[in-house]
Amino acid sequence: MLLTGQSGLGKSTMVNTLFKSKAWQSNLPSLEVPIPQTLELHSVTHVIEEKGLKLKLTVTDTPGFGDQINNDKCWDPILSYINQQYEQYLQEELLITRQRHIPDTRVHCCVYFVPPTGHCLRPLDIEFLQRLCRTVNVVPVIARADSLTIEERDAFRNRIQQDMNTHCIDVYPQKCLDEDINDRILNSKIRKQIPFAVVGADREHLVNGRCVLGRKTKWGVIEVENVAHCEFLLLRDLLIRSHLQDLKDITHNVHYENYRVLRLNESHQLPRGPGWVNLAPASPGQLTSPGPGKASRKSYRDTKDDEC
Amino acid sequence: MSTGLRYKSKLATPEDKQDIDKQYVGFATLPNQVHRKSVKKGFDFTLMVAERINQTVEILKHTVDIEEKGVKLKLTIVDTPGFGDAVNNSECWKPITDYVDQQFEQYFRDESGLNRKNIQDNRVHCCLYFISPFGHGLRPVDVGFMKALHEKVNIVPLIAKADCLVPSEIRKLKERIREEIDKFGIHVYQFPECDSDEDEDFKQQDRELKESAPFAVIGSNTVVEAKGQRVRGRLYPWGIVEVENQAHCDFVKLRNMLIRTHMHDLKDVTCDVHYENYRAHCIQQMTSKLTQDSRMESPIPILPLPTPDVETEKLIRMKDEELRRMQEMLQKMKQQMQDQ
Repeated sequence: MLLTGQSGLGKSTMVNTLFKSKAWQSNLPSLEVPIPQTLELHSVTHVIEEKGLKLKLTVTDTPGFGDQINNDKCWDPILSYINQQYEQYLQEELLITRQRHIPDTRVHCCVYFVPPTGHCLRPLDIEFLQRLCRTVNVVPVIARADSLTIEERDAFRNRIQQDMNTHCIDVYPQKCLDEDINDRILNSKIRKQIPFAVVGADREHLVNGRCVLGRKTKWGVIEVENVAHCEFLLLRDLLIRSHLQDLKDITHNVHYENYRVLRLNESHQLPRGPGWVNLAPASPGQLTSPGPGKASRKSYRDTKDDEC
Repeated sequence: MSTGLRYKSKLATPEDKQDIDKQYVGFATLPNQVHRKSVKKGFDFTLMVAERINQTVEILKHTVDIEEKGVKLKLTIVDTPGFGDAVNNSECWKPITDYVDQQFEQYFRDESGLNRKNIQDNRVHCCLYFISPFGHGLRPVDVGFMKALHEKVNIVPLIAKADCLVPSEIRKLKERIREEIDKFGIHVYQFPECDSDEDEDFKQQDRELKESAPFAVIGSNTVVEAKGQRVRGRLYPWGIVEVENQAHCDFVKLRNMLIRTHMHDLKDVTCDVHYENYRAHCIQQMTSKLTQDSRMESPIPILPLPTPDVETEKLIRMKDEELRRMQEMLQKMKQQMQDQ
């Protein structure tokens, strides 16, 4: 899981919130000190066990972007990172003697933090999301939603959905990848609620005798795990409880395949020498903008994209 | 966020004395700051707010005439939607610096003109700069903007949407912003020192004001019910934020500073410092252009040539006449004496 967005939107706090969330039985260690500005990509991995099933969850925090006066191409480092993971997997896959379980460091989901301006998506968000959606499953969230009232949140959400339609931003769960009617019904409900308005917190406070994760202000305590306050639980459940396998499937069958096809096409343009199965290093241009081709979820047929 | 500055105009005749105090914004104290004569004319105050929404920066002016206890105030608020929201924000402050310069230029022309009795002062007296509460301090755009404008207008930095921060975060952010303002050499508006003969209460208030800068503000257009009272605020599932509650945010401090205590100082600094800088710069440019062009005539209304006005000239002519007559008389007398 990759968390990305402008700096100061609570990505690093969200890493802690995800792991500190009461769902996990084990006590997972996390940072107690106030989090300084993230300057480089770093990942936190934990193995979580539930009913005998183990889940190795890796959350990668990225440094904030979009702080400079000119933010052109600020999306390149993130896209590079994602493509690097694909490349790594591809290289392993092409080996003559392969491992049985190729270590999968590919990004299955990218959570994009939208700043809570309350108005609409900014040009920077639109550019970023357009590029990101072509490479990875993107789940946008409204960050630091405690600055918006419920009405403002809903209005903002509607406008974001409109913006995403207008600019052909296909976030997860993608409409064109719904397999059957059940999927469509379930995913439509989710699509109405996206982006989730989330609040992150890594401190606990006492509220009515209970110990809750939250933010304490002079006018009340914002409880992160209270659905009346924010939609953090919806996000966590989507990513880890209900759609975990789906995210992995789409990453493997769609995004990774697109990347692979691109790289293979690229390498076939080169003359075949004795080691032709080894792909030439990817050119920088290719790494940041994969082609428009789309494989469907289970098969390799091309599905029609009738939305854009 | 011009919402935080919309004043309740229903101030005319409240029945309850308590209401008077609550709705009393406070600019009626202005006469204590200036001579009685200016009260009759009324005051003009222009405020500019800088925040971000769409892609291109627009300049929107809203003017409102307010009256309190017989004192009139023409408040103009200039909004700048679109500031800083594009992917590439280089020089996104240019429309704003152009606007400020335009107002100075207009005033300059008016001041150099023939009819100076009714000059309208549209110069920007104060710029409220809204800093995002989501960052870790000042962003490059913030620094760029403030450095482009700190020699042209009084900048009052504010922390916007302060209701998304807990008290410890606000404290840290204020410290950080203060440090960065020093570090980058930004000249924000400085509250003047209060006179030594002011009472202790006033001095204490003044100290608190200075220590709270930059003010963390919240704005609201809605009235909600809190503890049985109707207040201006924001309703959340976890509580109600009251805009005019000093424990919740610094809005009251900002309002007091802008209107009750420091409005006149803001205007003075604009006139005496920023405008004079602009004028000197303008004149310098013009004179250097003149010497480059080597024109024979000088543009009369603009350059301050010491031409005597009509009355003085008359006086000089009269005196000259008198002198001449006296000289003539002296000559005659001399002649007479010689003849004798």
